[in-house]
Amino acid sequence: MAVDAARPQSHATPPQSPAAPPQTYMSAALPGALKSALLTALVTLGLCFPIVAWETQLDIESRLTLVSWWGYVAAFVAIAFVGRFAYVMWRALPREQRQAIAPRAKLSADVKQRIAIVGLLLLIFFPFISIAAAGTAGSIKWIDNYGTQILIYILLAWGLNIVVGLAGLLDLGYVAFYAVGAYSSALLAKNFGLSFWLCLPLAGIFAAMYGLMIGIPVLRLRGDYLAIVTLAFAEIVQRVAVNWDTVTGGYNGISGIPRPTLFGYSLSPGPDSLPSLLGLAPSPLYRVIFLFYLVLVMALLVNWVATRLRRLPLGRAWEALREDEIACRSLGINTVTTKLSAFATGAFFGGIAGPLFAARQGIVSPSSFVFMESAMILAIVVLGGLGSQLGVAIAAVVMIGGTELLRELGWLKAVFGPEFDPGKYRMLIFGFAMVLLMVVRPRGFITHRDPSITLGGRQTERQA
Amino acid sequence: MDYLIQQVINGLTLGSIYGLIAIGYTMVFGIIGMVNFAHGDVFMLSAFVALIIFLALSQLFGTINLALALLLVLVAGMALTALWAWTIERVAYRPLRGSFRLAPMISAIGMSIFLSNFVQWAQGPNNKPLEMVPTEIITIALGAGSITLSWKQITIMVTTAVLLMALWYLVQKTPLGRAQRACEQDRKMASILGVDVDRTISLTFVIGAALAAVAGLLWMVNYSQVNFADGYVPGVKAFTAAVLGGIGSLQGAVLGGILIGLIETLWSAYFSLAYKDVAALLILIVVLVFMPSGLFGRPDVEKV
Repeated sequence: MAVDAARPQSHATPPQSPAAPPQTYMSAALPGALKSALLTALVTLGLCFPIVAWETQLDIESRLTLVSWWGYVAAFVAIAFVGRFAYVMWRALPREQRQAIAPRAKLSADVKQRIAIVGLLLLIFFPFISIAAAGTAGSIKWIDNYGTQILIYILLAWGLNIVVGLAGLLDLGYVAFYAVGAYSSALLAKNFGLSFWLCLPLAGIFAAMYGLMIGIPVLRLRGDYLAIVTLAFAEIVQRVAVNWDTVTGGYNGISGIPRPTLFGYSLSPGPDSLPSLLGLAPSPLYRVIFLFYLVLVMALLVNWVATRLRRLPLGRAWEALREDEIACRSLGINTVTTKLSAFATGAFFGGIAGPLFAARQGIVSPSSFVFMESAMILAIVVLGGLGSQLGVAIAAVVMIGGTELLRELGWLKAVFGPEFDPGKYRMLIFGFAMVLLMVVRPRGFITHRDPSITLGGRQTERQA
Repeated sequence: MDYLIQQVINGLTLGSIYGLIAIGYTMVFGIIGMVNFAHGDVFMLSAFVALIIFLALSQLFGTINLALALLLVLVAGMALTALWAWTIERVAYRPLRGSFRLAPMISAIGMSIFLSNFVQWAQGPNNKPLEMVPTEIITIALGAGSITLSWKQITIMVTTAVLLMALWYLVQKTPLGRAQRACEQDRKMASILGVDVDRTISLTFVIGAALAAVAGLLWMVNYSQVNFADGYVPGVKAFTAAVLGGIGSLQGAVLGGILIGLIETLWSAYFSLAYKDVAALLILIVVLVFMPSGLFGRPDVEKV
């Protein structure tokens, strides 16, 4: 890896034969490691000093008082010391020995395909598995909260993957398209009585139009400026949703959005619903399962379109643009229309996710479309490996499912005391993982995708 | 008329704070060409540091001289915030130099999320109110009406002016400033000529964070409360200020900060309070799209 090569080697041992036992290297590195660990511990102490050591709390007279948490500071310092020490000792070993102890795994294309097939089968049978495992009443939470929610994130992440992963345009305001889609479908359904099936494509089209509208002026900006401008636009969309309350309902949002129907039949419990016509017992389960499959189909559709697009000249142009913009321009690719098409395609898929979200929640409100949401979708794309469809899906399952699971971990309260709330650590872990991943494996943790097509020598050079 | 002058004074106060934060953005961008997304959260963290040290001082020594207490808080806050920025650069940005284009930016976003949630974890999600400087005001008669100046505003403007002069001296007259300007012009050439580039970049982060710490203390003085989420919006506005002034330019950042402060205050005074953040965001977009080199910036030429 290029990053490894650039980093100065921390071991100062004389060149020895690689066959020497690890102890030789370890003892040589010991004084340096201790010094480095001590320094790290001191820095950690400085970082923790006021912010962790004293918590400001309001007392009964609503004046601030300080509550001491020196135990945490001691724990952090100890962790920093031990961690740094272990890391330096580990780095002191020659590369061959490190690899002998912990070999680096690499997924072959064959394994990837098998993971994809197993994953897809699991997804298709997920509602039945959860009904079998948790019973009809208990499974609603699993299908809705885990299944549908994760699928919506996968859909969003696949959409953003086109913009960031394929075309290399950093979009920090992706949630704006999601918001435009959700609000436009909610407003169309409430004010004009349009059916869900008409709102779905319309929401995508509105979002794509919005993407074109902001894309035309800003796409000539360089990478990080583009990121900031998209962020600013998303922020404006959110502020407008909050403040334009005659249309959007302000902070309360729009509620009572009609649920999607299947060929005109409702799936919610009621006299004319499809389940009751079929003679099934009334239960909200059918609606939940229906929505799950609906989102699954939409997500697979997005995936199919994205993988097909990648093989078209347009997709090739996107990847080329990501790798080197100046070269693209020299070769006669129209960078503006290429970028614009990526931006609009991503926006369309983000917009489609909007009505699905509205159908799941039954309500849209500005609090669902804040910057954190954009950052979360971006984190999924980054952690999954920019440009990789499978990696992004796995990252979404791990991150959204994992953080949802954090809520379930009630037993941790028994370990860390009754005030322990695992949900609080969700975004902390997200942020930390993003930094760690960029430093350790900047091209993605699970897998990454090289350009679909390269000239002969490039591919091997890249992997070396 | 006096209403307008009053609003201008309020705008200058707010603009001083934005300007101090904007310097951190502009210096880092100038030297490594990266938008330090976590800078706004470093500023928020520094406001918390100032708050906690101020409380600790008043608990330890009872009532002490306010000016002395503020000075102590300022120095300690600058040092501790600088340590944070040094660590962040070391851990999250330095290993990524030479990585692909978006890597430092994504890392910075991760750092920003981490910092705000870390402070939320350590200090809780509530607003932390604390009146540091008493709200006494000075009234100045002016023609038919009068305008008021509070001690808070005087503290803020005087502190900002003094620190900007110190910064100007540091950048223009010291070897460190010279090394920094050299790295800004051509990092590779500077390293060939014996400038320690890594150290200079670290020090740039440290200086930016120290000024953000000043802004953090002044924020506490001005608004008398802070919240873990307070880094984001001022961060975006300060970035707007840096862009408006021309990113990479120090005087541009200060001027941009003051302009953003004035625009925001006048917008809230004459148009709508609800859309005051939208005004700043619109300026950001318009400036980036139509004059990306800002007021004082150099045009940015893309080379192979």
